[in-house]
Amino acid sequence: MSNFFKETDIDTSQAEAIVTETLKNCDDGELYLENHKSESIVLDDNKIKSSTYNSDQGYGFRAVTGEVVAYSHSNDISKESLRKSSDNLKDTLKSKKGTYNHEIPKTNNKYYENINPIESKTFDSKIDLLSSVNNYLRSKGSIVNQVTANFLGEHKSIEIIRSDNQVLKDDRPLVRFNVSVVLEKNGKKETGVYGVGGRQSYDDYLKDGSWKDVCDEAFRIANVNLESKPAPAGEMKVVLGPGWPAILIHEAIGHGLEGDFNRKKTSAFHNLMGQQVASEGVTIVDDGTLHQRRGSLTIDDEGTPTENTVLIENGILKNYMQDRLNARLMGTKSTGSGRRESYKHVVLPRMRNTMMLSGKYSQDEMISSVDKGIFAVSFGGGQVDITSGKFVFNCTEAYEINNGKIGSPIKGATLIGDGPSILKEVSLVGNDMKLDPGIGTCGKAGQGVPVGVAQPSILINKMTVGGTKL
Amino acid sequence: MIRDQEFLRDIASYCIENSKKLGATDVGVKVIHSVSENVSFRNKKLDESNRADSFAVNLTTYIEKKKSSINSSDLSKSNLEKLIERCIDATKITPSDENNSLPDKDLMSKEVRDLNLYDETHYPNDKKIEFLKNVEETASTDEKIVNTEAGFTENKNNFILANSNGFLGGYKTSNFSSSCVAVSRINGAMERDYEFGSTRFLEDMMEPEEIGKIAADKAIKKLGPKKIKSEKIGVIFDKRISKGILSTLASAISASAIARGTSFLKDQINSEVFPNSINIIDDPKIEKGLGSQNFDSEGVETNSLKLVENGILKNYLIDTYYGKKLNLKSNGRSGGTTNLYFENGTLSFKDLLNSEKKFLYITETIGHGGNIITGDYSVGASGFMVEDGELTYPVSEITIAGNFKEMFKNITLANDLEMKYSTNAPTLLINQMTVAGK
Repeated sequence: MSNFFKETDIDTSQAEAIVTETLKNCDDGELYLENHKSESIVLDDNKIKSSTYNSDQGYGFRAVTGEVVAYSHSNDISKESLRKSSDNLKDTLKSKKGTYNHEIPKTNNKYYENINPIESKTFDSKIDLLSSVNNYLRSKGSIVNQVTANFLGEHKSIEIIRSDNQVLKDDRPLVRFNVSVVLEKNGKKETGVYGVGGRQSYDDYLKDGSWKDVCDEAFRIANVNLESKPAPAGEMKVVLGPGWPAILIHEAIGHGLEGDFNRKKTSAFHNLMGQQVASEGVTIVDDGTLHQRRGSLTIDDEGTPTENTVLIENGILKNYMQDRLNARLMGTKSTGSGRRESYKHVVLPRMRNTMMLSGKYSQDEMISSVDKGIFAVSFGGGQVDITSGKFVFNCTEAYEINNGKIGSPIKGATLIGDGPSILKEVSLVGNDMKLDPGIGTCGKAGQGVPVGVAQPSILINKMTVGGTKL
Repeated sequence: MIRDQEFLRDIASYCIENSKKLGATDVGVKVIHSVSENVSFRNKKLDESNRADSFAVNLTTYIEKKKSSINSSDLSKSNLEKLIERCIDATKITPSDENNSLPDKDLMSKEVRDLNLYDETHYPNDKKIEFLKNVEETASTDEKIVNTEAGFTENKNNFILANSNGFLGGYKTSNFSSSCVAVSRINGAMERDYEFGSTRFLEDMMEPEEIGKIAADKAIKKLGPKKIKSEKIGVIFDKRISKGILSTLASAISASAIARGTSFLKDQINSEVFPNSINIIDDPKIEKGLGSQNFDSEGVETNSLKLVENGILKNYLIDTYYGKKLNLKSNGRSGGTTNLYFENGTLSFKDLLNSEKKFLYITETIGHGGNIITGDYSVGASGFMVEDGELTYPVSEITIAGNFKEMFKNITLANDLEMKYSTNAPTLLINQMTVAGK
């Protein structure tokens, strides 16, 4: 646990006094302190391309009254700097008057251990493993053209000081291990990417040779793509595989159900609460409480304990995801979804682990019901325009389906759909829900935060596939 | 406000001296201070005010051909001392790579020219507020506009870049930017659009009324879009997105992609990649340019480069490390392109729209559907149908797809280039692309 005021000219009680004084006429706010250590070690082109260690510390001081947020951040934790920030906040809110809401639920739950993954594996052994990855993949033959592998590890300590000396703390480990391979055959090049991660030590994901599984999967995807032919263009049936393809849920539904867009009425979902927005078999939750998952948090970045929030239950829209500000303005409670990338960023309502729960159909039943369509197994990334509701995601592994049978692999194509209507097109929900391998980062308003997704296989009646073959 | 060169230089020197003391044979360091103030409005009310004061040190140490780096925001000497030690320890046990080195001494920038990149004017928050009120006032005139958001950001930066070969340079830069997002609604369905201005000098900022009006007009025009049938059609890229073609080119001709063999333009140097009417330039020395710089992120002198001349690929974007791999000298492009642009075409915007009976005119793309290795491209898109030179109706929920190699060869440029961003392109037409819709 970090002691943020060690080696500064200010102690905790003085900082608390500044916070209480600054926020006395505000509705909400806090001093958020963060110490963030991270590392990145990259092997590329047979060499250790870079090894970088980052050490960042600072504070973000926030005052909220009504709808107005005043924010000031700095990496200089000192009396003068805090005073200056305080003056800045008071100046912005000088004409406003609020009543501070002290209520914040308590929790004894912990969803991950306080370990520092950077220190829990030696630098030497990381370098060794990266070389082993390179050798292992290159031993698969001369079609291996390029191998990239990297470790990303971090440890973040946060402390939230609220008015009247309320202090909340959390320590968050996070790791990610990625492998990317480029294969070349008959003048054609294709890539395969795979990774694993979460809030544990590296070795929890890599022990007993399981790093080889990561390599094998990247190799398999690239190999499939070497045989790919041009993707079709136009509307057709789409079967999505389980796990990571749930970024469809994240883009199509998730963002549109974040509290800020609904308070501002800029989301295509803002007037659909309580209404049927999905087929009856569809239930979607956003869960921050899964152990060691990438999107999990013991408390969010405002200090609220996270929870398992039901967003859509049997097709009916039940809840939005809320931070404290949007919850207050919409007359409801925070769902523990207030997140920020770092002390340099304001809090926004964000997703954690967004999951569609299992139904009763098998994947085989779905595929055999399709005359002409595609089967999408893995995706790159996605994006949504929350106002129009249109969203896209990019296939990185997909096949055509002809007369109920899986056919040739097809080239990466973008799929496009309409958020509020896509879930009504889900005709079968599979019985094979799977979590993603722990690699997702969600971007919103220039802030990236780690998230997870999960879903079973699903059959979508109609989606536009953006290939080149008419 | 912003710390002076003296202050940053002290820290840079401290880092170099200490690293050498602990055994580094070469050292590169960058020290940065930036102060940023942002105010945002929503529906004519103050929404957020944000002040940021940030320091950063980026240090790379070499022991012969071994290399490692650290970054930190804490400039205290006690912290730096610990981190330098850590960096040296990691350097010692990192495998060596024969291409690791500081840039050649004779390539280093010799003088810092004043490119007019710093405006010391401070625009106080109450002025920003007044500006934003005007933006939103204009944006919300039409009753179809149901939501507006506007923001103004002022940035001041100062940095020092230094290395153990004696290079030391740095200068101040400033940036003012303002944006407006408007949401329009008709029959319960909403559309969103925006306008954005960014300048080095406050006096060059667009008028607030102009920003608000453009955002609102664009959002209203998008209302009631149709999904069109899948077909092969000529696609016109609006200036806001045509510059993306240049960003793709820049990724594909970076020395790293070429050296790693992961670019669809590998082995295409001195070959015809675009039609012979096309010239593409990267010029770092434009006065007040948003991408202007005196030297690149390694301190190497940078000058204007013709990347593409008469359709022929003439230069890669080369840094020291990948330059050595390719047996080429750095051309000052560590950190990428600077002010990158297509030279103007010959057709007017109107003539381009009239050059065929029917086009698809794209104003926005979503998704990251470009593959630099294969050149395959597929993204979500929205825009308008163009019939007989007129924008007839808005189009959405479609994709456009093709392959960059083909797309590059089928580009026709209009003559409406504006230097609005660091990468700029005129309106452009790509002859045949596949549109997927209904």
